[in-house]
Parts: sequence; structure tokens; C-alpha cells
Amino acid sequence: MSSSTKSLISLIIGGFIGAVLRFEIGEWMPATTDGFPWSTLIINLTGCLFLGWFLTITLHKLKLKPEIRLGLGTGMTGSFTTFSAFSVQSVHLMTNSHSAIAGMYIITSVVGGIGLCMLGVALARVQAGKPRGDLIL
Amino acid sequence: MIHFSAFWLVGLGGIIGTLCRFYLGKWVAVKVRTSFPWGTWVINLTGSMILGMLFALHSREALTDEAWWILGVGFCGAYTTFSTFGYEVQQLIEKKHVIAAAIYMLSSIILGLLAAWCGMEICT
Repeated sequence: MSSSTKSLISLIIGGFIGAVLRFEIGEWMPATTDGFPWSTLIINLTGCLFLGWFLTITLHKLKLKPEIRLGLGTGMTGSFTTFSAFSVQSVHLMTNSHSAIAGMYIITSVVGGIGLCMLGVALARVQAGKPRGDLIL
Repeated sequence: MIHFSAFWLVGLGGIIGTLCRFYLGKWVAVKVRTSFPWGTWVINLTGSMILGMLFALHSREALTDEAWWILGVGFCGAYTTFSTFGYEVQQLIEKKHVIAAAIYMLSSIILGLLAAWCGMEICT
């Protein structure tokens, strides 16, 4: 099997699992009365932490086949987290005069997401014995 | 029964969205050879606009639940990505491209929200 076919198959499997996981978490999380999009926030934050860790650990320590790395990273985690729901939910909150909640949602998603990516990268480097001290913020 | 079909529709949309993101992202990266993550940028903005349109249509019941699951939750959800966005900001900062990181982050958020709003307005 050629490597591009392997990549295609792993993206199909990863994309399916990520989307279904995101949907199921959304279904099982109780909706709060203030309309704060908890499930998307938790999905995006955990996805960021995982992707930062995963892409770094697989570079240094945990050697996976390229198509497995692609399927779990770009496929599953990419499909699990979502930017479009984040933007639509933010605008929906704003246009329904919940600007304060929208502001909190946007800031926690962005600052938290980027911060957790950095944390994931740093954690993986410590685990791999390659701490490079590049948390430069 | 309804739950069962939602599962497969979301999954199918998710597969198509993931493949579109991967191949479009690759195509953009080949076209523009810069360190700025144009691929994810374009994907997140177009996906936000499409989801805004679908959301407005679904809200006024011009779109069935089945279509919303496959196109909205499945396709748009998987096509756009938040984790790669976060990782690319981290990578830009690490490579000391702090200004590019700030531009990428702010433009994705501001234009992403604007795109979603435009989509919602068009279909309301």
C-alpha cells in the first residue's frame, strides 16, 4: 500500500473518531442556563493540550509510523477541536446581548488554548529529556 | 434511532471535513511558501462563514436536523480546527516570529467572528 493511501485511510479513521467524540461530548454535557458553550471550550482546550504534547513527544521519544501520527494528530485531534463552532457561538452570544459571556468565552478559549499547547509541548520535552526552556512568553 | 443516525451523519461529515482540511491545507502550503499558516487561516475563516450560514438556516428550520448534523457538526466542525491554530501560534512564538504570531492569532479571531456574523446575516 502506498504511503498516500495509508495517510488517506488514517485521516478517514481519525476524522471520523474526532467528529463523533466531539458530538457525543456535546450531547452528554448538560447545557447551562447562561448559554456558556462549556462543551466546545473543554473540547478545544483538551485538544490543544493533547496536540502540543503529541506532536512533540512523537518527534523526540515515542516514534510512531508517519501515517499513525497524521491520523491521531491532524485527523483525530484536528477534527475533534473546532474553530467554526467557536466563532458562531461567540457571535450568537454577542447578538443575543450576552457580550460579557462572549468575552469570557473568547478569552478563555484563545489564551487557554495557546497556553495549553505550550504546556503540552513543554511537558513532552521534559518527558523526552529535552527541555529547551523555550516557554519564552 | 435518531441518535444512531446522528452518530453516522456526524462521522461521515467529519471524514469529508478532515480530508478537505488536509488536502486544501497542503495545496495552500505549496502555493504560498511562507512560515505564516495561511492554510489553517483560510480554512478557519471559510468554515466559520459556512457554519454561520448553516446555523442561521437551521435556527429558522430551513435546514433539517440531518443536514445540520452532516454539514454543520460533522463537516464544518472537522474542517475547521482549534488545536492546529493553537499549535501554529506556539510554533511561531517559539521561532521568535512574535509579530506574525500576534497577527495570525488576532486576524483569525476577529475575521473568524466577522465571517460567522456575515454568514448568519446572509441566511437570516
